Amino acid sequence: MIGKSVPRVDAYDKVTGRAKFTDDLVPANCLVAKIYHAKIGNGIVKSIDTSKAEALDGVVKVVTFKDVPNHCYPTPGHPWSVELAHQDVADRNILTGRVRYYGDDIAAVVAEDEITAQRALRLIEVEYEEYPVEIHPRKSMYGSKPPIHFDKKDNVLVRSNYFIGNVEQGLKESETVIKRSYKTPIVQHCHIENPISCAYMENGRIIVVTSTQIPHIVRRVIGQALGIPWGKIRVIKPYIGGGFGNKQDVLYEPLNAFLTTQVGGRPVKLDITREETFCNTRTRHSIEYDLTAGVDSEGHLLAKDMLAISNQGAYASHGHAIAANGLTAWRLQYACPNIKGEAYTVYTNTPVGGAMRGYGIPQVCFAIECFMDDIAKEIGMDPLEFRKKNLIKGYYEDAYLKPIAANTNGIFECLEKGADYIHWEEKRKEYTNQTGNIRRGVGMSLFSYKTGVWPISLEIAGARMTLNQDGSVGLMLGATEIGQGADTVFSQMAAEILNMDISDVHIQTVQDTDVTPFDTGAYASRQSFVTGTVVKDCANLLKKKILDYAKELLPEETRKLRLDHGWIMAGKDPAISLGNLALESYYSLGNSSVITAEVSEQVKKNTIATGCCFAEVEVDIKLGKIKILHIINVHDSGKLINPKLAEMQVQGGMSMGMGYGLSEQLILDEKTGRPLNGTLLDYKLMTMMDTPDIKADFVELDDPIGPFGNKALGEPPAIPGAPAIRNAVLHATGVAFNENPLTPQRLIDGFMKAGLI
Amino acid sequence: MKKQMQLVRCTVNGREVEEYVDVRESLLDMLRNRLGLTSVKKGCEVGECGACTVIIDGETIDSCIYLAVWAEGKNIRTLEGLEKNGELTRIQEAFIEEGAIQCGFCTPGFIMSATVLLERGEKLSRDAIRKHMAGNLCRCTGYENIVNAVEKVMDENETRRGKTVR
Amino acid sequence: MYDIENYYQAESVKDAVRLLNEHPDARIISGGSDVLIKIREGKFAGTSLVSIHGIKEIQGVKMADNGDIYIGAGTVFSHITNDAIIRKYIPVLGEAVDQVGGPQVRNIGTIGGNICNGAVSADSAPTVFSLNALLRLEDGKEGRLVPVKDFYLGPGRVDLRQGEILTYVIIPAKEYEGYHGHYIKYSMRNAMDIATISCSVMSKVDQQAGVIEDVRITFGVAAPVPYRCTKAEEALKGMKIEESLYEKTAQLIREEINPRDSWRASRAFRLQIGGEIAARALRRTVELAGGDRI
Repeated sequence: MIGKSVPRVDAYDKVTGRAKFTDDLVPANCLVAKIYHAKIGNGIVKSIDTSKAEALDGVVKVVTFKDVPNHCYPTPGHPWSVELAHQDVADRNILTGRVRYYGDDIAAVVAEDEITAQRALRLIEVEYEEYPVEIHPRKSMYGSKPPIHFDKKDNVLVRSNYFIGNVEQGLKESETVIKRSYKTPIVQHCHIENPISCAYMENGRIIVVTSTQIPHIVRRVIGQALGIPWGKIRVIKPYIGGGFGNKQDVLYEPLNAFLTTQVGGRPVKLDITREETFCNTRTRHSIEYDLTAGVDSEGHLLAKDMLAISNQGAYASHGHAIAANGLTAWRLQYACPNIKGEAYTVYTNTPVGGAMRGYGIPQVCFAIECFMDDIAKEIGMDPLEFRKKNLIKGYYEDAYLKPIAANTNGIFECLEKGADYIHWEEKRKEYTNQTGNIRRGVGMSLFSYKTGVWPISLEIAGARMTLNQDGSVGLMLGATEIGQGADTVFSQMAAEILNMDISDVHIQTVQDTDVTPFDTGAYASRQSFVTGTVVKDCANLLKKKILDYAKELLPEETRKLRLDHGWIMAGKDPAISLGNLALESYYSLGNSSVITAEVSEQVKKNTIATGCCFAEVEVDIKLGKIKILHIINVHDSGKLINPKLAEMQVQGGMSMGMGYGLSEQLILDEKTGRPLNGTLLDYKLMTMMDTPDIKADFVELDDPIGPFGNKALGEPPAIPGAPAIRNAVLHATGVAFNENPLTPQRLIDGFMKAGLI
Repeated sequence: MKKQMQLVRCTVNGREVEEYVDVRESLLDMLRNRLGLTSVKKGCEVGECGACTVIIDGETIDSCIYLAVWAEGKNIRTLEGLEKNGELTRIQEAFIEEGAIQCGFCTPGFIMSATVLLERGEKLSRDAIRKHMAGNLCRCTGYENIVNAVEKVMDENETRRGKTVR
Repeated sequence: MYDIENYYQAESVKDAVRLLNEHPDARIISGGSDVLIKIREGKFAGTSLVSIHGIKEIQGVKMADNGDIYIGAGTVFSHITNDAIIRKYIPVLGEAVDQVGGPQVRNIGTIGGNICNGAVSADSAPTVFSLNALLRLEDGKEGRLVPVKDFYLGPGRVDLRQGEILTYVIIPAKEYEGYHGHYIKYSMRNAMDIATISCSVMSKVDQQAGVIEDVRITFGVAAPVPYRCTKAEEALKGMKIEESLYEKTAQLIREEINPRDSWRASRAFRLQIGGEIAARALRRTVELAGGDRI
């Protein structure tokens, strides 16, 4: 069952439209909530008058920042830390009178219908005292008066650094020293389903149905935000229309929970718009990098130094974890005796940076992999050869964070496959010294990626399995299906261990925190590894219990039993069908005990996945357009549980990577920090016509610590595309673009500067 | 603002429907809230994502930017209307076979766009398929397998018609 | 749900004029892809609507005996693209409106709406300008016939008076006979986008002399309204068809258009692209005329 491309277990429901998402489940009598957002970028609310809104027919309730619990809570989808020092920064209120970015949440309206709610919003009158707006972290980090958060006077959320060896000495000994700066944009997840939730009360408890990746964490944070016992909250997560990390944050669920308590527990739907999704949920951090490296005469890296400045926006959310993750990647994969890294995460008056597929690595990979090409160019070496010269072969481990290690390392095999596909050698030669308006180039990049968050944070997962009355198996997990195919691979894992047909494994796709085992959710490419470990253990436990029970049913001489597709086999002979055994377990008058298994365990493991991207582009210089002719990602994610699903993950990630490279960026107004292009029209998500054919390939090394030899795969595909495209453009035109995306505007500016136009 | 209701008579998935709708309602609202056709998804409400695509008189439209009252006399099809007694259409099957589904939120809209395209009975290039399906956005798949699924069914249809497959 | 105060469905053009006169505060809605979006974003929230959606008499394309082509204002883009008359006589217009948004929007958006909302980025506009189209406006009395170039007054503003309805876009025979056209939409994506800058060129080639006999070049998003580059046109008339023609075109265009800086694109960018797409569009029209073989 492992390694087979079985169809998705949710495919039928999804192609027939039966799959239920949050909006398909809201009760018909639901009230509608809308949020009043600030119309300034920084300041305080001097006065707010909601009387006209309240007087509008159909308005049920108006609440403002004055009405909400007066304490702060954290929002990121991290496991809670029982150690105070490691707890997430709690810097949010459900609503606020201290406006920290354009669009901050000041008040909310609950009305009988959407239009009444919208009209009520327009009747709310607010007076502000405005402060200067600062959207650039390099300026904001010197402080502002007042600071964005009173306890961070210099607006620096966190600074961190490390030293390996002696960088200054290493640079001195280098033949060539290269310095470059790179910058990545703010981008947005653009899941097609906007965040949506519906909250109501039953029996004195609050139930929140929500489109989230992290139901158990949402439960905890609602409790923290409202200041009520966490057990009083029940979170239900149905199918979700994509998440990509945005829904690995607690967004408006606390507000929604609060609102239902304000209307006597009636159901309230909080369905935000696409514009709110862009402005008021989370984004990928924009990070600026200053890099320095020294190489010897043969092209070996002797020293490297990174300064990273991350734009956090107005609230901490995942905070410094993003920039820090990139800082860690800086010391992995490439051999170098002297390494220095320093990162700042800085509050600014911009939309909030949070988790997004790749968690800081797409940013740092853009910087590192552009830099690798720029170094190679400077010293006149083929960029692939330069990388191979410096990459670590085989096992390596992180200098600080044990036990993070590349237990298997397929990067060289990945590079070989990628180079073959793109015809690297020939095309690097063929495309040198081009003239004319249309020019082609090939470029590549590579990355490494951890699997889960151990030991930076807790890894815990839970699974429950039940032998049903007919001999099939029920599987319940706290881990979530968010489109990546989790339900399918977990079903495969259970079927593999129990040696049964996947059609006999019934996975419960809806997570309900009252019912489903505890798991922190879908993020960090962790689930097939961490939850997979637990599914394996749980299935083994169930198997043992089934066989133990069989032993009780069968004659004593029947000893060596095993499961085989619905039968308990004694040697080669079927001894009892699983269906009959199950019936006995439920209804035996003498010996009935339903067979269940439940496992909750910590997984203190981490292993590094890797991969690369190769791209061939054609540049129309005078039109500032890039066409991707061929593109491939090759991944070493260990053994694939389901090759088809793996391919799908890679294709989708590559598309995200291409958008990052070519067109996606959230542009902010300098004066207010307001998003100028926060719609799907103006934010250039790639359409079908912008997307070339995409090739995905794999190197399947059997990872010794993955539950089925598998490693991270969910996020990595989105990482290497942008720098590979950028490096291909460098090859084609000789022009180095150090800021992504490579939009037509940037290309034309760059080509004009370089004298190509 | 006085509630203005209007009777709309139309055919939805082969059935004649009579509904009083609020004139302010979009067709999306009517299909989801009055007829329970929740395959019609709301993604942007401005005709930018295609998640709410339905077929009206043989043409795809975004039901979010179409007033419900305009449905009068129209023949409307949603994803719920494709499957007959548990039997899927070829394009639905091909979406499963080719792995063209991930989160599934954009899937209904894509299948409706593909359905119209396939009913035209032409064999199109991959670029032409892309052009005809470009009104639907997907963030999960990179579109590759969606194009593959449409192309696969086109090829099968072509073979059935006895023409050469390129 | 849209924040609409009152809704009136017109059954005919006459009915629409009557309703507009009865409800002077109401806006016209045709396909809805523009008006509904503006209601939702709050700009038109609470508006009343007179709907001309589905009025049959202003749908479709006809050719008069004299060869003039009448395009009903209520004709949706995809029907224009697929119309036999358009394909045969003015394919450039069908190709232009085939670049609007995506397929779903092209099945709902109408050419009348595209023109009447006054957007400078409208994909139909540069081509109807280059075709010297006339607009037929009905007001229940005699109505008016207005050259399209006089209809655009400023960004989002057109000369549509109270109680008037645009019924036909008329392309006189003399404006297309002997001409070949090409439209280039420059946008940041290949679909679902509005033009960053766009250009429609109609040219007539004197095969014998190997020269450009006549040329009309119109830009979208290079000025507050669609902009005819009359100076460049005059300069190019009579020029020989050779490589330098296109370089000259790009240069003349950059001297004539006056795009602005915005967060979407800089002025310098639009000048560069404007010159380039004008030259490429002209080259294409010459190819269509067989002029590349001269």
